[in-house]
Amino acid sequence: MIVGVPRALLYYVYYPLWRRFFAELGVGCILSPPTNEAIMNSGARAVVDEACAPVKIAMGHVLALAPEVDYVLVPRFVSVEPRTYICPKLMGLPDMIRQSGQKTPPLLAPDIDMSKGYFGLARALMDTSRCLEKGLWSTVRSFHHSLAEMRRIKHKLIAGQTPEEAFHGTSRRRKPGRRLRIAVLGHPYNVYDPLLSMNIVDRLRAQGIDVITAEMLPLEHISLGLSQLRKKLFWSLSKMVLGAGLYFVNHAAEVDGIILLSSFGCGLESLVADLLERHARRQEFPFMQLTVDEHSGEAGLITRLEAFVETVEGRILNARNLSPHGDHEFRHAGTP
Amino acid sequence: MRVTFPHMGTMSFAMQALLENLRLQVVPPPPITNRTLMLGAKYSPECVCLPFKVNIGNFIEAIELGADTVVMGGGIGPCRFGYYAELQQEILQDLGMRVNMIVLEPPQGANGGLWSRISKLSVGQSLWHVAAASYFAWHLCKGLDGVLQSLDLLRARETVPGSCDRIWNAAQKSIGQARTYRALRRAEKEIRHEIATLSLHLHKRPLRIGLVGEIYMLLEPKVNLHLAERLGYLGVEVHRSMSVSDWVARHLVPNPRARMHTRKVHEAAKPYLRGFVGGHGLETIGESVLFAEGGIDGIIQVLPLTCMPEIVAQSLLPSISQRYGVPIITLVLDEHAGEAGLQTRLEAFVDMVGARRVHRGGGVSCAK
Ligand code: SF4
Ligand code: SF4
Repeated sequence: MIVGVPRALLYYVYYPLWRRFFAELGVGCILSPPTNEAIMNSGARAVVDEACAPVKIAMGHVLALAPEVDYVLVPRFVSVEPRTYICPKLMGLPDMIRQSGQKTPPLLAPDIDMSKGYFGLARALMDTSRCLEKGLWSTVRSFHHSLAEMRRIKHKLIAGQTPEEAFHGTSRRRKPGRRLRIAVLGHPYNVYDPLLSMNIVDRLRAQGIDVITAEMLPLEHISLGLSQLRKKLFWSLSKMVLGAGLYFVNHAAEVDGIILLSSFGCGLESLVADLLERHARRQEFPFMQLTVDEHSGEAGLITRLEAFVETVEGRILNARNLSPHGDHEFRHAGTP
Repeated sequence: MRVTFPHMGTMSFAMQALLENLRLQVVPPPPITNRTLMLGAKYSPECVCLPFKVNIGNFIEAIELGADTVVMGGGIGPCRFGYYAELQQEILQDLGMRVNMIVLEPPQGANGGLWSRISKLSVGQSLWHVAAASYFAWHLCKGLDGVLQSLDLLRARETVPGSCDRIWNAAQKSIGQARTYRALRRAEKEIRHEIATLSLHLHKRPLRIGLVGEIYMLLEPKVNLHLAERLGYLGVEVHRSMSVSDWVARHLVPNPRARMHTRKVHEAAKPYLRGFVGGHGLETIGESVLFAEGGIDGIIQVLPLTCMPEIVAQSLLPSISQRYGVPIITLVLDEHAGEAGLQTRLEAFVDMVGARRVHRGGGVSCAK
């Protein structure tokens, strides 16, 4: 039996867990290729126009896997921590795929719902074991083992690797001597999708800019950022984005600027981006929101990135020149 | 303390009655106009859903009239509504408007329980008094919703165009402004009498169209561009899947009848949608199935642009349409939605539904 894993949505968070889980269970598992035009277009044709780009891309990956697999893994993600949710669209995604009128293999779609407590996980495991025709005990044991994998990956992320690098061990040494340090925030499937984000992380790195994303921050820092909020956020994805954003805004020494990459029409981000922008503006912290969808062109993105990097650089120079007893005088004293 | 609240269909009347009966000074927001929409759109994030923007417009206009306290709903759901109030406070603050926002939500939502928030509103009044005032507001809301529902059905048959609208205006003034049970009963009796004596085309068999979708868009007439009235004038009997009092009964007060209906709706939705998707996405599916099984002629889904639960529902509606052979259209509205465009689409849809009925031998279409 072969299960296909779409390289989309929460793949960018949970893939190591799934991979290890299927390996332990002795189930074959294949991954769809990185998002390309063909995948995006086939997905966009199969779902309603109003859906956001990540959902269209996910649909495309499911279709790309269809000929080769017995099952496609599309968990019905409701919630991964108590009193917190993922996104209404992901709660409906398996049904949207089933009723898209496309030929898809059966879905492996356990309900992942821990909004009312972690016992929700038990149900997901039971569903999965039944669907894959494996014993419940071995399912639970495999799951337990695969949790360790997540911890191992988190260390790699904190060391500054992107999920793709950490998952597939493709990280290369980068030269030190960075010009700037910029935070790129957003839902992982926006930030790391090669097509949708137009490789924003690599693009910035190629210019000698150090990039840090929310996934690369220790969770304590995220909580610290979130402690600024009056009301607890109830979306896991947004907690990462806003937590990291608020942390950076209030620890200005950590990064020089924040870029928020979101998909057009994303419900969560419409609130969260605005909230973060307000906080950043009050502290006069460089902030830019980039909104992308399946039609956005590369040229626009490049121009805006360049402009932003320039502003951030200008600001740093300015701050140096203006500081009354900063390194400005010190440096001149040293030069003949 | 001068209190205001956001508009939402008949909820506004109930809210005003509740607050006034708590002996608060109430500044109701002016009726929603294009200016409201414009203000809301200007100061809200661009991609946020329309109800948020209209709320902001309401608040700003009420604050201009001297309101200093805003009562708003909240909660923790997968959808955006639960976080509306947080961002709205920040927006008003950044605009330099000094207001105090009281968010009514279940205690787990944020620090400080629901009760402490209500008691902020009910300074020095007994729990009993608050409960009584709420109960009255609930009756008032039910009364208005009842009238609205009858008029939705009758407008298609009125002989004098506009007579239903006249009754509705009268009801808003009499029932809506009642503050005692006595006044309420008298007003309801008068309006019922007017409805009963309305002159109607009795031989007509109007088309029946069900309205489903996002609750705010269903219930706020200015924002849905008077969808129900428009359909009525096109000779259609309108069946709304939900009213404000239904919503209150299903979500706020333990009510066995409402609970049973909810269960029925969820059962009906099961084959299409496995579970809750936030907002009223599941209800949209379930109610559509029930409408279709009840032999309705057509279904219209309304949603604000970018509404997440309704986008899920929208993707699933074609299956229902196919299974039952019911035409379904989706109207996506935002602050730029134009009346002319909407009217054209509605006319085309009503024509199509009418032609189908004739075709199926179901009788003569009554579209004028
Ligand atoms: S969180 Fe936003 S981008 Fe992600 S699926 Fe939901 S609406 Fe789309
Ligand atoms: S249900 Fe739709 S309109 Fe209501 S908060 Fe959610 S996204 Fe916005």
